[in-house]
Amino acid sequence: MIAANETRTIRLESLTRVEGEGGLRIEVHDGHLREVKLDVFEAPRFFEAFLRGRSIREVPDFTARICGICPAAHQMSSVQAIETALGITPGLEIRALRRLLYCGEWIESHALHIYLLQAPDFFGMESALTLAREHAELVHQGLELKKVGNELMTVIGGRSVHPISVCVGGFWKVPRRDELLSLLPRLEWALQASLDTVRFVSELALPDFTANYECVALSHPREYAINEGSIVSLQGLGILVKDFEQVFLEEHVAHSTALHSVRADRGTSYLVGPLARMNVNLTHLPPLARKAANECGIVWPCFNPYAGIIARAVEMVMACEEGLQLIESYREPDPPCLEYAPRAGEGCAATEAPRGLLYHRYRFNDQGTVQSARIVPPTCQNYRQIEDDLRLLLPAILDRTDAEIVDACEKLVRNYDPCISCSTHAVRVHIRRN
Amino acid sequence: MPANGKPRIAVFKLASCDGCQLQMLNLEDEILAIAGKVEICFFPEARSQVLDGPYDVAFIEGSVSTEHALDLVREIRRKSQMLITLGACANTGGIQALRNLLDVEEFARAIYANPAYVHALAQSTPVAAHVTVDFAINGCPISREQLLDVLTSLLIGRQPQLPAHSVCVECKRKGVVCVLVAGDTPCLGPVTHAGCGALCPSFGRGCFACYGPMESAHPDSLCQNLVARGVTRAEILRLLNTCTGWAEEFRSATEKLEKV
Repeated sequence: MIAANETRTIRLESLTRVEGEGGLRIEVHDGHLREVKLDVFEAPRFFEAFLRGRSIREVPDFTARICGICPAAHQMSSVQAIETALGITPGLEIRALRRLLYCGEWIESHALHIYLLQAPDFFGMESALTLAREHAELVHQGLELKKVGNELMTVIGGRSVHPISVCVGGFWKVPRRDELLSLLPRLEWALQASLDTVRFVSELALPDFTANYECVALSHPREYAINEGSIVSLQGLGILVKDFEQVFLEEHVAHSTALHSVRADRGTSYLVGPLARMNVNLTHLPPLARKAANECGIVWPCFNPYAGIIARAVEMVMACEEGLQLIESYREPDPPCLEYAPRAGEGCAATEAPRGLLYHRYRFNDQGTVQSARIVPPTCQNYRQIEDDLRLLLPAILDRTDAEIVDACEKLVRNYDPCISCSTHAVRVHIRRN
Repeated sequence: MPANGKPRIAVFKLASCDGCQLQMLNLEDEILAIAGKVEICFFPEARSQVLDGPYDVAFIEGSVSTEHALDLVREIRRKSQMLITLGACANTGGIQALRNLLDVEEFARAIYANPAYVHALAQSTPVAAHVTVDFAINGCPISREQLLDVLTSLLIGRQPQLPAHSVCVECKRKGVVCVLVAGDTPCLGPVTHAGCGALCPSFGRGCFACYGPMESAHPDSLCQNLVARGVTRAEILRLLNTCTGWAEEFRSATEKLEKV
C-alpha cells in the first residue's frame, strides 16, 4: 500500500510462468507512479556475433538454439532471409510443408501458454500443477493439445525442440505422405479441443483494460499470414519486409540486455503477437476459426491485452484447421531441397513466430560465409509496449498492497507470453517507492 | 531420496534457450504423475510458488556466463543433495561458448549500442567447471526419454544410468545407412554421445554432436579420417564447434587441427 506522499520502489525479482528471466521495478514518488521498468537480466548469448564466420548452411541449426519454444520460427525467418539473398524461391510444396511445421509450433506454443502458463491466473492459482488438482481434465486437454503440436513438428522436423530437417532451400528430408496422414485423427481431435479451448477462454472474466495499440503483423492477400506477407498495421502502415529497419528502430536501454523496438519516426511502442495478428488478419481466418472468432463474444478489433488468450485459442483452431488441409493436399516436395550456387548477398525475411513478428537479416560473401546477422525477436518489439501497458495499469492500483500490485503487473505481462530467452536477454519486477 | 515425505526438487535456468526445461513439460503423459510424487519447490517457468532449499535434487539448465550465474551455481550446490545438469549448455557451455575464443567486448559492440550496459563473463562455461555435478543428461535439447529414465530412477531410489555408447551404435540399431561411409558426408556420430536416436543420419545428414562427446571419445582419429576423405580443415573445425564445441575432447581436437 502506498501512502499519499510516499516515495519508494517495489520490486519483483523474478517473473514466473514466462520463458526466460526478467523482473519488474516500479518507482513511486510522492504517491505517484514515476517509472516502471522491465528489467531483463538474462545472460546475453551473442548469437548475431558468433554467427559471423559460419556457413549459411549452418544458420538454421544455430538460430533454432535461440529459443526452445519457437525454434522453427527462427529457422523459418533465417532460411527465408538467406534464400532472398541467394535469389531462390522454393516451390509451393516446400512452402506448404514449412507452413505445416509452423502450424505445429503454433499449436505447441499456444497450448503451453494458454493452459500451463496463463490459465492459472484466471483461477487464482500459482501453477497448472495446482490447477490440475481441481480441474484435471482441463490441464490434461492442454497437455494433449501441446503434444499434438509436438507430434506434428516431430514428423516433419525429427523432434519438436530444435528440429533438424530445415535447411536453406527446403528440407534435408521430407515426410512421406502416409506419415503425415497418420496424424489426421490426432489433428481432428486437436481441432475440436481447440474449439473447446475458445469456449473455455471466452468464459473467463477478463479484466477491463483498453490500450491504444498500433497492431503490427504480417499480412498476406490469400491466407492468415505466417511465413510471408507485407508488414501492416491497423493505423495504415504498409511496408515491405525489406524496409523493416527503416520503420522500426531498436534501442539499447540500461536496464535490459534485450533491445527495445520502437517506431523509428516517432519513437512510439507497437504491439506484435496473436492479438495484433487477429486484429489485422481477421478476415483471412479459415472458416471454423473465423466462426469461433465471431462467436467468442469479443468485438474485433480488440485492444484489451487480456483477450490475447482468446486470440491464441482462435489461432490454435486456425493452425489445426489449416494443418488438416495442408496434410490432405500434401505432395512430397521433389527434390526436397533446391540446389543453389554460392554467391555473395544480403537478404532479410520476417515470419510470424507464435509470439509475433520475427525479423532476420543476413549478409554473406561469395563463399557463403556469414558476415553480419541481425535478429529482431517479437518479445524485443513488445517490451516497450509492455512498459506502456504497465504505466496505464499502475496509477489505478497503487492503493493496493505490494503483493497485489506485483501480482496484477505480472498477470498483465503474462498476456504477452514474453519469451525472454528469445529476446536473448530476460524480465525482473522491482517496485521502488521512497 | 528422503525416507519420509516427497523428494524436494528444483529446476534452475542459466544462459540457455529454455528447451531442456521445456522437455520436462513435454513429458505430457507423465508430468502430472511425476509432480504428484515429488515436491516441486522451484521451477519458475512452470510455477509461481517458490520454496527455499535444501533440495534433494536440483536440475540446472544453461551455462555459466555471468557473475550472477557463478554465485547462483555455488548457492544451488550448497543447498542440494544431488545436482543434475540438463543439456549441452550446462554440460559444455553450449552454443554460446562459441564466443569463448573471441573478444566478448567486441561481441557486445557488435550487438548492443551501449556495450557498457552488458555484463557478461569472458567465457561461457559448463556448470561442472565450478561445482561438483552428480549426473549429467546430454543433448541439445535433452531427450525426453532419457529425462524420464533419470526421473523414474530417482523416484525408485536407483542411481540413474544412461547409455554410454555413440550415435554410431544408434544408427546401426536403426539400420540407418552410414552417411560417412556410404555418402562421404562428414559426421561426428562415431564420437558423439547417444540419445537422439541417430536423428541427423536418419535424415541423410551428418551428426554435429549436439549430445556432446561420448565417454573416451577420440575425435582426433575421426578428424584424420575426415581429412583423408578430402574434407577441408575449415569444415571439420565448423563441425566440431557447434552446440558442444567447448567440451574438452572437441576443444583439444580443434586445437590440434588448428596447429597443423
